[in-house]
Amino acid sequence: MTESYIVELLDNLKKAFLETFLMCGTSIGLSIILGVPLGLFIFITRKGLFWENRILNFIGGFLVNIVRSTPFVILLVLLIPFTQLVVGSTIGPLAASVPLSIAAIAFYARLVENSLCEVDKGVLEAAIAVGVSNFIIVKDVLLPEALAGLYRGLTITAVSLVGYSAMAGIVGGGGVGDLAIRFGYYRYQTDIMVITVILLVILVQLIQSLGDFFARKAEKN
Amino acid sequence: MIDFQNVHVSFPAKGKNIEAVKNVSFTIKEGEIFGIVGTSGAGKSTLLRTINLLQRPTHGHVLINGSDITNFKGDDLRRLRTNIGMIFQQFNLINTKTVFDNVAFALKAKKHSKEETRKKVLEMLQLVGLSDKSSAYPAKLSGGQKQRVGIARAIANNPKILLCDEPTSALDLETTNSILDLLKVVNIKLGITTIIISHEMNVIKKICDRVAVMSNGEVLELDNVFNIFTSPKHEFTISLVNHTINLDLPSHLFHEKGNRLLKIVYSGKKAEEAVISDTAKRFNVHLNILHGKIEYITNKPFGVLIVHLDGTANEVANAEKYIAERTFKVEVIND
Repeated sequence: MTESYIVELLDNLKKAFLETFLMCGTSIGLSIILGVPLGLFIFITRKGLFWENRILNFIGGFLVNIVRSTPFVILLVLLIPFTQLVVGSTIGPLAASVPLSIAAIAFYARLVENSLCEVDKGVLEAAIAVGVSNFIIVKDVLLPEALAGLYRGLTITAVSLVGYSAMAGIVGGGGVGDLAIRFGYYRYQTDIMVITVILLVILVQLIQSLGDFFARKAEKN
Repeated sequence: MIDFQNVHVSFPAKGKNIEAVKNVSFTIKEGEIFGIVGTSGAGKSTLLRTINLLQRPTHGHVLINGSDITNFKGDDLRRLRTNIGMIFQQFNLINTKTVFDNVAFALKAKKHSKEETRKKVLEMLQLVGLSDKSSAYPAKLSGGQKQRVGIARAIANNPKILLCDEPTSALDLETTNSILDLLKVVNIKLGITTIIISHEMNVIKKICDRVAVMSNGEVLELDNVFNIFTSPKHEFTISLVNHTINLDLPSHLFHEKGNRLLKIVYSGKKAEEAVISDTAKRFNVHLNILHGKIEYITNKPFGVLIVHLDGTANEVANAEKYIAERTFKVEVIND
């Protein structure tokens, strides 16, 4: 292994990691900003809750299901026109962030809804009986009580995104997974493949530990 | 104060219509502690929830201070709820908030300055005896302490009515008594009309003024607690009361004691007279007390004694007559 080879490898790895962070960071950010409200919306329009509305609940759930049932590779291609519209390009990590974000928002919205379901109905009822506004119930009871679950869901979403982002190579998104495929698989450079896989394992471990830490902190017992 | 007028609640469940509350009408008076007792599934909880509309009646009306609240919505409903506190069997505290914040949460229903909130919360915590737990999380509290927080939260908005849904059913006996004592203090100190649901007659006996007995969605009997205990009319009530004032004798006593085995029921003033010792002095009979209990229901004594009378037939008959004249009820139980 020559020095230039190692330098080139490090350069490639650095670039790939930056691309991965860009793609995953953007989509995680968007899944928090949009996935939480969407999950909350689907939850509170359920039967027996204070915004009960069967039609809106169905529409919300249906949209989430469409995105979730489409294989990511297909979603990637299907969304090309939309990507062009949003970022003005269809290649590169930023372009790949668009389908990734859409998938992440839908995925996380469902996990958010599930976490909210886990909130003790009695606690919710007690809050309603106190006579506070629905906004305060959401802000002070629903979201804080579900917070540990929200962190866990976000961790699962982030880990899945690292996996999905490997497919982003198809639209020239780059990233660590793409590096592994291009060098390790197409060019038979097994060493690169092994290194990237090890690095991905470490990355996922880090995300998981961070998620667990915050979830435990949110549990308050 | 609270008027139930033909309140009927039914909901669909598994294709059938379940009638949880059937045509219930009665009135709860201002300032009293009113009990609703019955087995589980009797509809007591559903009925209680119609008062703050956690459950809307299917038909009928609920009136509070003369105004029909049955169709309240939005802000009217929220305002109504700030005037009605509620505590629960499972306490239902917000687990991610400290004791202080759980109580402060209730105050968010009305506008309060930070300082007002702090003062009010500390005042409430002092009232329920939890001043030192202000910054603890619910997970660190015992059941009794959790219920105290529940009570502090429920009364923080100075409600006129306090609804208690099986408030002591998750607690042990000692804690139950201390929570009931606290509810009594709150009732007297703040003049809150209190409605308690329970399946335990002991809870009713300890603090209620009046009680409604419910079974299968209907109110079978309604009276002051003393009357319900001393002269229950409905069969269901009789069995409930008998479970509480339980005087089972070993069966062999019924056969061995050849003569008269009397069940003497005392109540009111008469329970405080020395009837038994008087009888023993006046008549030539032997009195042998086999079982007995004196309960104080709403501070009035109510006692049951099982006594074996031995002597000549004439003396026994006279003694029996003497006792019957001076007590509430005498029954011969081994005839």
